[in-house]
Formats: sequence, structure tokens, C-alpha cells
Amino acid sequence: MSGHQPSLFGDADTAADQAVVHFVPDFAGWQRAARAHLTADVAPQAIWWQPDPDHVAPAGQSARAARSATVPKRFIELARAAACHSAEDRWALLYRLLWRLTHGERHLLALAGDADVARITRYAKNVRRDVHKMKAFVRFRAVDEPGFTEPRYVAWFEPTHHIVEYAAGFFVRRFSNMRWSILTPERSVHWNGQGHADSAAKPWFGPGAAKHDAPDGDDLEAAWQTYYASIFNPARVKWNAMRSEMPVKYWKNMPEAQLIPGLVQAADRRVADMEAVQKDVDALHCGPRPATPEATTRAETRARPAFSLERLAGEAALCRACGLCGPATQTVFGEGPANARIMIVGEQPGDAEDLAGRPFVGPAGQLLDRALAAAGIKRGEVYLTNAVKHFKFTPAGKKRLHAKPDYHEVAACRPWLEHELALVDPERVIALGATAAESLLQRRVAVTRERGRPIALGEREVWPTVHPSYLLRSNAETGPGFERFVADLRAAMA
Amino acid sequence: MKTIDKLAILADAAKYDASCSSSGTASRNSMGGKGVGSSEGSGICHAYAPDGRCISLLKILLTNFCIYECSYCINRNSSNVSRARFSTKEVVDLTLDFYKRNYIEGLFLSSGVIQTPDYTMAQLVEVARSLREDHDFRGYIHLKTIPDADGELLAAAGRYADRLSINVELPTRAALSDLAPEKDHRTIKLSMARIRARSDEHAEARKSAKKITNQRPKSRDMGRFAPAGQSTQMIIGAEPSTDADILDTTADLYASYRLKRVYFSAFSPIPDASTKLPAQRTSLMREHRLYQSDWLMRFYGYGPREITAGGDDTNSAGMLDLDIDPKLAWALRNRSYFPVNLNRDDRERLLRVPGLGVKSVNRILNIRRWQNLRLEDLVAMKAGIKKAMPFIICAGHHPGLGEASSHTLRQRFAPAVSSQQTFDF
Repeated sequence: MSGHQPSLFGDADTAADQAVVHFVPDFAGWQRAARAHLTADVAPQAIWWQPDPDHVAPAGQSARAARSATVPKRFIELARAAACHSAEDRWALLYRLLWRLTHGERHLLALAGDADVARITRYAKNVRRDVHKMKAFVRFRAVDEPGFTEPRYVAWFEPTHHIVEYAAGFFVRRFSNMRWSILTPERSVHWNGQGHADSAAKPWFGPGAAKHDAPDGDDLEAAWQTYYASIFNPARVKWNAMRSEMPVKYWKNMPEAQLIPGLVQAADRRVADMEAVQKDVDALHCGPRPATPEATTRAETRARPAFSLERLAGEAALCRACGLCGPATQTVFGEGPANARIMIVGEQPGDAEDLAGRPFVGPAGQLLDRALAAAGIKRGEVYLTNAVKHFKFTPAGKKRLHAKPDYHEVAACRPWLEHELALVDPERVIALGATAAESLLQRRVAVTRERGRPIALGEREVWPTVHPSYLLRSNAETGPGFERFVADLRAAMA
Repeated sequence: MKTIDKLAILADAAKYDASCSSSGTASRNSMGGKGVGSSEGSGICHAYAPDGRCISLLKILLTNFCIYECSYCINRNSSNVSRARFSTKEVVDLTLDFYKRNYIEGLFLSSGVIQTPDYTMAQLVEVARSLREDHDFRGYIHLKTIPDADGELLAAAGRYADRLSINVELPTRAALSDLAPEKDHRTIKLSMARIRARSDEHAEARKSAKKITNQRPKSRDMGRFAPAGQSTQMIIGAEPSTDADILDTTADLYASYRLKRVYFSAFSPIPDASTKLPAQRTSLMREHRLYQSDWLMRFYGYGPREITAGGDDTNSAGMLDLDIDPKLAWALRNRSYFPVNLNRDDRERLLRVPGLGVKSVNRILNIRRWQNLRLEDLVAMKAGIKKAMPFIICAGHHPGLGEASSHTLRQRFAPAVSSQQTFDF
């Protein structure tokens, strides 16, 4: 028990000293009485809660007038649920919690280890589970009603707690255009459809009923049982898992549950039969098999002109020269005119490029687009590609973090870059970042020192500069860093 | 053939798909509409089969005719099973009739591939369209997406369905091309990428609409795209991939395509099986340990390699310990990380304590704001105290000086730990 807790069970705690409080035993009834007594400063140990379904509240005890204290919203939610519990001590428990919340322990509900809090949490949980099972296990049966073309749907259900009112809203919202009734031993609830789209329409509640008041069958149940029997996998019987989620007490009102013993009994034999028969692939029953996706891609690729970028791209799509093809979605090949004067080589595709299958379409690509425009270069006139054509990443929850390709991965991908260089035959190659520059020049490159001037590569010039993602990382999307990048691009074009 | 006979065949053919989830979609109900249906966030399991699996949706194939030859599949081209094909109307009527009797939350429709992927996908989309447009059905729809199907069909599927899924089937490319020659990881991942790209586009459009009007747009006005996201499934134990392979692929898939779930399905015998498959079924415990690991990655901040780093001898390299849960296994391998002080350490560390779930950790952090956490609090809130004790410090509890070795602790928990205790699914 918490040290703050007032003594609730003092010596004077006997029934004789308690005021008997009559109230309608539902949340609203308790709330009205509790407010009045809280206002009158009556301590929990001085009240004997006497449920009385026929109780009429005194005129003074109107719901609003007695608003005497504020409580956390979560208390109201817990109390609404716990009020439906079958335990008789729930009303006293609720009042004790209300008292403590309004007498110096406003944070009480945060103390999950407190006995009162643990109990109301458990009651609310039990009730919510019962409601959940009602939503799940109610089985409607169609009954023809004179004067209507559509049947009324009637169900018999036996809840553990007093939840019919609490759970009814769900059925109203779900089946608002049907006429239906749910009968239980204690209460019944009925709904006649939305009528004239009157969303204020409420279901009405009646007295309890008996099982024989509900219909005893429905034509659809044979189909439902067929489904239930067919969806069961006899190779993985988990008897306890089933029973803990669908306790036996519910079975008697579920048409499919009648099948369970037979299904379980036959399971082992069915599995043994399956395991006994094994065979090689033989006759086809559903017509000819299609070509494999890989064969299709290869055939399409072969149909493209030899020594073309399209053909090269097709071949690269199936590249498995390093391990990066495993996690990545697809090869992101270069794009641009085959006769471009300028080729721009980046490091590797990123998240957006990996999804789209095109280079430089993510944040870094958009920054590059801006820089190209500032440098007076049309994106459509340059050939854009990457040193590594698969996205290398580390998974982090629902995100992928860029990982730097290692030497072997760059080397494995280099033949594709060389073929691109040979086919496009650009005068100048702009290398974005060290990976691109090093793959092209085959040596260590310190981009910050060597940027902005040409380095000969055979008859071509390689112009190293930073990668736009470096500008993104260093918050240089505008300003001097960006200007210098643009100047590098402009110099390479001149 | 009568509808009920088709139902027997086409439900039997669909049962190897583990997913039956109906959660996480947009809230809606049938007030003001013409048909039936609602969804209020959490899914509902309307029954459980004796295999312990939830029955939430009417899970059927449109047809089990299939031109593909996937060795592990009961519906493969060469399988000698009875074949059937539903008409659109039959599926629509069954869905509505079952729904009105409160048997199901909605429909999970898949199909064998007939003629071409596009043709097959168009048939699936037509069922969903009819339910939504002809009958104003507002229950849950999960459509299996045929890899390689056209982008427009995918867009239509996302418009009608709450969830889309494409099964990655097996954890590695090599295993897939061996056992399912007509499928490949590349086209499967391309389809997942397209679904993610479309979801991102819709999310972006909604965000900018909100910026302009400063109001959350109603999903109906904006058009929606598979609000419950996409999921996938892997078959476990049909080929030699290790648990490490499986979890690596799982982590990659979550990160790459923002999947809502990756389901694991322990390989189990099918009628008329191919000799390419192992003769024995995979243990359900292995499947369970993988699900626990999946939970650890998604909600507890574990990386895939941390979880499978165990097994030092070559036999168990990359495999999870079947006798104890992966969280306890990690704790026993990393004793220097403990004890965790429940009154001082941060959330990340608390989440590593065996026996403490996310709920317990949240409660502990709440209590801590007001008072010292005592062992009695853990007892009262029914945290997994037996398992947690050797790993924690709190008011009134300090693990003894002669603390138990990892070996002793493993002995203590290995036989007693039932597969259901630690994690609530």
C-alpha cells in the first residue's frame, strides 16, 4: 500500500456506522450518487453501496448540478468499464478511487502497483475482454419477419459481465442497416435499422430472455462449418492456444465449435496420410507453365540492339557480382542521352532511387537538379549514373540508413561504369564524391583538395566535386557551400 | 459444382497463408450508408481453429488452378488436388452472408495464377470493387497481390482493399528460384516497392492537404490506398536457410517497404507433396521463436544480428535457442549488461529485461515519476517477475552476491518456459 493512502478500514468501519446509499447499478447511477456524496464530503468507509435497479434519484442529485471535482479522463474510462463487472465490490472500489484521486492523490492511476489501481485495472480488463468476446462470438441467425423482404438477425449470447449496454454501440455501428436483436439472460438489445438516416436513433434495451426465444438454426451455418473445417490445418494442432482464446464456455452457442472434437481426432491420421505420399513433379493439371521472370528479362534484353545502353541496362538488371543485389530492390542503371557530352557519376542509389529504379530522384537528386539549373545545365542533356548500382543500406526499423559501399562492391560494379563510359563516350565526367572519383581514377582521391579542376583520364577529363548528399548532411543546401558546388559544375561544363 | 463444395476446396487451398489480421485500418462504420460493415482499429478474431489460429476473415482463393509450379504449394500446377473456381458473385455473396451473421471481419482473397498475372489480379480487384461499390461493404478487405501485375491494377487494388500483401515465400533468392521457379525476389520486391511508393504518395498528399486547410482530410475525400498497409509471409523450414538469414531478410523488408507485418509459416506437410521438400514438418517452436524475435526487433530495439549472435558451435550457428526465448537468451549471453536498475536506467535498458514487456516498462516509468519502484509493485502489476529477478535492481531487491551463472539460469528456465508465456500475440 502506498504511504499516502488514508486509512480506509479504521476501527469504526462497521456496517452500523455506514450510510446505505441506494443507486441504479450502472455507471450513470453510481456517478450521480458518487458526485452527491463526494460533494457532501462523505468518506468511502462511511458508505454502504446498495444497488437498486428501481431506485429513483432525489431531485437534487441531477448529473450536472453535483459536478464537484475533476478527475483524469482515464479514470472515467476505467470506471465505465469496471462498472460492468460482476464483482459486487466494484462500486465501493470506484468510490474509494474517486475519493483518493480528489484527496491529494491525483496521480494515483500512474501507480500500477497500488492495490486499488491494480484491481480496477483488472476489472476493466476483464470487462473489455468479455466485450471483445461478445463482438467476436455473437452468432446471428436470420428469421423472416412478416412485412419485410430482409430477415431480422437474432442472436443468443451469454456474457460473463453486465455488458449488453456497454457493447451495443459496436453492433449498431457495424450493422446499422440491418434489423437485429441480441438476447442474453439478463438483458436484450434491439435495433430496427437506420430508418431515415436518423443517426441519433438509439437501440432499445429490454428484459432478459431464454435460449429458446432465439432461433435454433440458420441455412448458412452449413457453409460456415464447411469453412471452419477446411481452414483448419491438421498438421499444427494447438489445443491450448485455441482454448485460451476461445474458452469452452462460449462453445455451446457457436455452430462451428461442434466440429472441434471430430477435427482434432482425425488430425493425426490426415497428417500421416499426407506424409506418406511424396512424388516427383509429373503431369501438369493447369496448362503450360510460364517462362521464369529471369528468362523473360533475358529474352527481352537479347531483343535490344547490341552495344546499346538499353541492352546494357537489361543485363545489369540481373547482375549478381556482389552481395548488394540481395537486400536491394533493383539495379538502378544510368539514364540520359547516349551521346551526352557530360556524364555525372554519383556514389550509389539511395532509398528513393532504389524504389523508383532511376538515379538521382531522391533529396540529393533534387538538390543536384537545383544546382544543375543554377549552373545553366539541362538535366536532360547529361548522362547520370552511379559508381555502384545497388543501394547499400543498414535496416533501422522502418527506415534504411545509407551504408558506404566497400572496395569490393565498387570494384564489382566497375565494369558497368566502364561500359557506360565506352558507349556514351563523354568528353567530361563529373565525379560526385570520393567513391565516384576513386572508381573512375582508380586511386585515392581527396575531393576537398582536388575539386574544381580537371584530372586527365585517357582522352577524357574527370572533374571531381562533392556529392550533393554531403551538402545535405552539412546543411549547405544554400549559401557558400551550394554556390561552390554550382561553380564546380559550371567549371566542368565550360 | 455447388458453392459449398467450392468453398471446401478453396478454403482448404488458402489455409497455408498465416495472416488473418483485420487490424490497423481506417476507422469507419455503416451509419449513413447502405451496406454493412465497420472497423474500429483493433481486429476481431471471430473463432479459433484447433490449430490455435485466429479466424477473422473469410480466407479463400478465387481459384486454385495455377500455372506456377512452387514445390511447397498445395495448388501447384502438378498437384493432384481437386480444383475449383468461384465466380465474383459467389465470393461477394458468401462474404456478405457471413458478415451479416457476425462470422467474419471481412474477406482475405488470394488466387492461383491463371492465364497471366494481370488477368488474375483483375479478377481479384473485381471482387473487391463489387463489394465496395455495388454493396457499400465497409468491412475489411485483404487482397493478395500477384507479383508483376500492372500498376493500374495495383492502384485499383489499393483503392478498395485495406491491406495488400505479396508473399516473399522464402528467405533467400536462391531458395526461391530453386523451389518456386516462376517467382523471383526481384519482381516480388519491385511490387512491394510500388506499393510503398504509392502509400508514400498518398501520405504526402494528405499531409499537404492538411497543411493548406489545417484540417485532417477525411479519408473518403482524399481517396485512400491500402490504409492497413502491406504484409508478407515466409515459409520456414522448407529449405536450409538459418534463423539469421530469415531475420536479416525480415529486417530488410521492414526497412525497405515499411511492411506492417512479416508472417512466418512453419513448413507443414501438404497432400500430394513434392520430393523436393523435407519429409518432416518444421517445429512450431521454431516459428514461435522467430515471431518472438520479430517482436524484439519491432518493439524492443534489438537488431537482427544481436538476436542470432548466440549458437557458437557450428550446428547451431545462426539458429535460435528453442528451449528459451530469444530475449532471455540474449540476456544470458550479455550478463555484463545487467543488473538493470529499474529506478534509474532508461527505457531502452528496461526493455532488455527478460520478463518485462512494453506494457510493464511503461507502467514502471509511470510509477517512477512519483515514487520508488518496489518489488511489490511488480508483483501487483503481474510483471514477469520470476524471469526478471536475476537481472534487476529495485527498492527491496538486489540480486544476491553469489548470483547464479548463466548456465544455472538457463537450466532454471529452459524446461519451465512454455511457448506462450513471455509474449502476447
